[in-house]
Amino acid sequence: MSTRKLVVIGAGMASGRALEHLFEAAPGQWDVTLFNAEPRGNYNRIMLSPVLSGEKSYGEIVIHDDDWYAQHGVTCRFGEKVLSIDADAKLVEGEKGVVPYDKLLIATGSTPFIVPLPGHDLDGVIAYRDLEDTNRMIDAAATPGARVVVIGGGLLGLEAAAGLRLRGMEVTVVHLMGHLMDRQLDESAGFLLRKSLESRGIDIRCGANSKEILGENGKVRALLLDDGTELSCDLLVMAVGIRPNIALAKEAGLATGRGIHVDGQMITSNADILSVGECIEHDGAVFGLVAPLYDQAKVAAQTLLGTHATFVQKQLSTKLKVTGCDLFSAGDFAEGDGREDIVFRDPGRGIYKRLVIEGHRLIGAVMYGDTADSNWFFGLIRDGTDIDDMRETLIFGPAYQGGASADPLSAVAALPPEAEICGCNGICKGTITDAIAGGATDLGAVRAQTKASASCGTCTGLVEQLLQVTLGDAFQMPAAQPICGCCDLSHEDVRRLIKAQELKSQEAVWQELGWKTRNGCHVCRPAVNFYLLADWPLEYRDDPQSRFVNERKHANIQKDGTFSVVPRMWGGITTPAELRAIADAAEKYAVPTVKVTGGQRIDLLGVKGEDLPGIWADLNAAGLVSGHAYSKGLRTVKTCVGTDHCRFGTQDSTGLGVKLEQILWGSWTPHKVKLAVSGCPRNCAEATCKDVGIVCVDSGYQVGVGGAAGMDVKETERLGDAATEQEAIDLTVAFIQLYRENAKYLDRPYKWVAKVGLDWVKARVVDDLDERARLIAAFDLSQSIYRKDPWAEEAKRAPAFQPVADLTLEAAE
Amino acid sequence: MSWIDLCAIDDIPLRGARRIKTAQGCVALFRTGDTEVFAAADRCPHKGGPLSEGIVHGQSVTCPLHNMVFDLTTGQARGEAMQIQTHALRIEDGRVLIDGAKLRARSAA
Ligand code: SRM
Ligand SMILES: Cc1cc2nc3c(=O)[nH]c(=O)nc-3n(C[C@H](O)[C@H](O)[C@H](O)COP(=O)(O)OP(=O)(O)OC[C@H]3O[C@@H](n4cnc5c(N)ncnc54)[C@H](O)[C@@H]3O)c2cc1C
Ligand code: SF4
Ligand code: FES
Repeated sequence: MSTRKLVVIGAGMASGRALEHLFEAAPGQWDVTLFNAEPRGNYNRIMLSPVLSGEKSYGEIVIHDDDWYAQHGVTCRFGEKVLSIDADAKLVEGEKGVVPYDKLLIATGSTPFIVPLPGHDLDGVIAYRDLEDTNRMIDAAATPGARVVVIGGGLLGLEAAAGLRLRGMEVTVVHLMGHLMDRQLDESAGFLLRKSLESRGIDIRCGANSKEILGENGKVRALLLDDGTELSCDLLVMAVGIRPNIALAKEAGLATGRGIHVDGQMITSNADILSVGECIEHDGAVFGLVAPLYDQAKVAAQTLLGTHATFVQKQLSTKLKVTGCDLFSAGDFAEGDGREDIVFRDPGRGIYKRLVIEGHRLIGAVMYGDTADSNWFFGLIRDGTDIDDMRETLIFGPAYQGGASADPLSAVAALPPEAEICGCNGICKGTITDAIAGGATDLGAVRAQTKASASCGTCTGLVEQLLQVTLGDAFQMPAAQPICGCCDLSHEDVRRLIKAQELKSQEAVWQELGWKTRNGCHVCRPAVNFYLLADWPLEYRDDPQSRFVNERKHANIQKDGTFSVVPRMWGGITTPAELRAIADAAEKYAVPTVKVTGGQRIDLLGVKGEDLPGIWADLNAAGLVSGHAYSKGLRTVKTCVGTDHCRFGTQDSTGLGVKLEQILWGSWTPHKVKLAVSGCPRNCAEATCKDVGIVCVDSGYQVGVGGAAGMDVKETERLGDAATEQEAIDLTVAFIQLYRENAKYLDRPYKWVAKVGLDWVKARVVDDLDERARLIAAFDLSQSIYRKDPWAEEAKRAPAFQPVADLTLEAAE
Repeated sequence: MSWIDLCAIDDIPLRGARRIKTAQGCVALFRTGDTEVFAAADRCPHKGGPLSEGIVHGQSVTCPLHNMVFDLTTGQARGEAMQIQTHALRIEDGRVLIDGAKLRARSAA
């Protein structure tokens, strides 16, 4: 049989595999010329990461060496780029001359996408694609103390970052999205990955937008972020994505979209030209992992051999090749009807698993920390297995699929004796059941004897289940009062653990404290958001999406969906100019109701959501700021006229009220906080039923706390007497900070004081002067962030208050 | 199907929502994940609460007025015999598209 001429453009992983199939099935049938722009033949590109980290050498990742090419008579034109294809004349033009073909295989792979930031062409800005890039990175790491910034927290970027860190570089990863590997992982797995990379000394910045690459003498010097941060670096690696390399094919007149269009036989729009690899587009999809490319290679070889075969797209899975970061992701997390999540977390061991179920099938899985069962789950996804019978125990993996009952306790019962229950103390099931058999019949006794659940406490539920499994009806499950269905912990426990374990993000809380849902619910999210911002004012950023609408919109929602707007009137004092501005705003925005509130200020009720930024801007212009009539924070400080005008006044109650309001405004608290200052015991400001109420007397100030006049009515209790105005302020601020640090979300001060006892409060706020000073300093630190007008900030984001699109015309067509 | 381009996915805050106006009233777009968005009527069947102002969690939203929870994949209220209309969406190159044919068909009906 006469040999036919096959020209191949690109000696990458896809074409390499196609040639293997071809030579195996029909040796000598094809006379192959192989072009490659890289000055070498086919190597295992995937393994560049172990080369970078030093775990492998280039020699170990070569797939086809000189002998292999010689043995199969391949004419190698390595280091020579193909310039053009003449599809009519069936010629390929390389840099060193023209070659005719009978069949052409295009396998040009893809090119890394370079974000066109100013400075992207500076020396020292590179991508991560081939051996040259890898060697460049290895060279840069040779200088002690060298710094690198990696843009892109996806698979490639993180492999580059981890490899460079192993080589001793100072590494910063800049990622646009909120969590790492956002295409493959959800927030929780992304959080664990981040934690693990950070523990290796890699600096990670998520939600960070790059603005400009700064240079010096033509060489990269630093990356400038949107927020003004400058990250200095000697090398900048861009790993933000790839684009199919289609230029040649497009110029040759082949049909292209995102990639080179091919049919199921890998034939392009020209019958004599085939294409495989990352450069193609098949049925709307493009590819970035080798598994499908190998399937394509097999089909292409068969097409060349004249056998009919068809390429079918399959489910893909991802793993990260960073030693010690065990993660796995497969299947589909995109939107769809009727999907259900199963989540399993083992905080002690840093394990997170999430399964996505649709109908009777598993369609997606994300795992971190323990990926031992990943292949089994991947099989269920790929084969579309009906999982109904194992739904309840599915998450525990194949070991528990005995077809047994779906009782959740049976999963615990099925655990082998050596299964670890308490991650903190390394206590396994056997130790605990032995203790139970030896007479430890309640949680406290098990804790005392084995230490299980005595540290972070998150395995408490498991220990209790073991007690129940072992003792049966003899064990009464305690009725702990968890925050909500998302977790097993009480508010108090969550607060304690946030401090003790230094949890500084919601993702950290969900993972480390064993949340059972993906990202909480409307009950726990606002609470956790408050605890985090109260405990870590500098590190944690308030999350508006975890706030009830009133606090997110900085206005009270009304029953008809409109809002009310209440500007602050410090201590109940106003001016004609302020009143005029309020009147003007009320008229301009056609406010239906203007009302004097029970809190000594004016409420504009019935404002449309779209008008909020406008009315705020107008009020701001007159010096009026948000009254926080909507917040779990400082509301009003009511005052009476005091010594300024009243014949009985003993101290400047109005002045003190204004001062307190100016110190306290903007702070977030577990529930709302209201104050009042009365100028004498006649108490016209009703101070004795407030959260903090001060009554002025001849000798100074009586500071009372824990009053109530809402659903409960209760008189304040005396926290202490202050001789000076400053001392009255100090006692108030210290009390409120102690409340912020310790109370359960949605406990007003009177409820919290009843729980901890007034004596406990007094010991810290009144008697211990060091603690009082610490509380005041902590409050001031928090206020350095929060004492500002949210209306002024929000008014700048006016478009966010409008509908994002208007289809009224479209839909009426 | 005819797909209408609405906005960039990043115009909707993560675990937040935005509204669009249509001839049949407002439709809310809920972003439950980085690349996961659902569309449903913005009006709570209980007492008309604006669902786009609710807290978005998992694949659900909680009405801001009286805390009824809706499953965005089906529109079904949790534990109540109430339902909101959902709409098909598509995400393409970071843009959110809605099925316009369906919106039109319903207004014609
Ligand atoms: C506007 C105002 C009534 C008025 O017209 O005067 C008002 C209006 C509301 N109050 Fe009030 N309270 C107002 C003074 C009070 C007072 C009197 C006071 O502040 O001196 C009290 C009793 C003192 C207290 O705080 O306990 C009061 C006790 C409550 C309570 C019960 C709190 C409790 O712990 O028992 C609630 C419900 C809650 O907070 O959970 C509440 C809740 C509400 C809400 C926010 C209900 C809601 O969530 O939608 C009302 C908003 C109406 C709206 O659409 O804007 N409002 N509310 C007053 C605003 C004062 C201000 O200038 O900020
Ligand atoms: C660091 C790294 C880690 C990776 N890790 C994984 C992983 O863990 N798992 C996984 O599945 N995938 C991984 N990938 C992706 C995988 O390597 C690619 O999917 C695969 O290599 C693509 O094969 P290909 O043959 O289509 O293209 P390539 O392997 O890129 O080959 C294309 C070749 O064509 C040449 N070429 C282009 N244009 C011309 C021209 N005009 N003339 C001549 N020659 C030309 C190029 O020089 C190149 O050598 C990784 C990639 C990188 C860079
Ligand atoms: S008393 Fe009741 S009805 Fe009146 S404003 Fe307060 S919460 Fe609303
Ligand atoms: S209006 Fe939505 S729950 Fe009442």
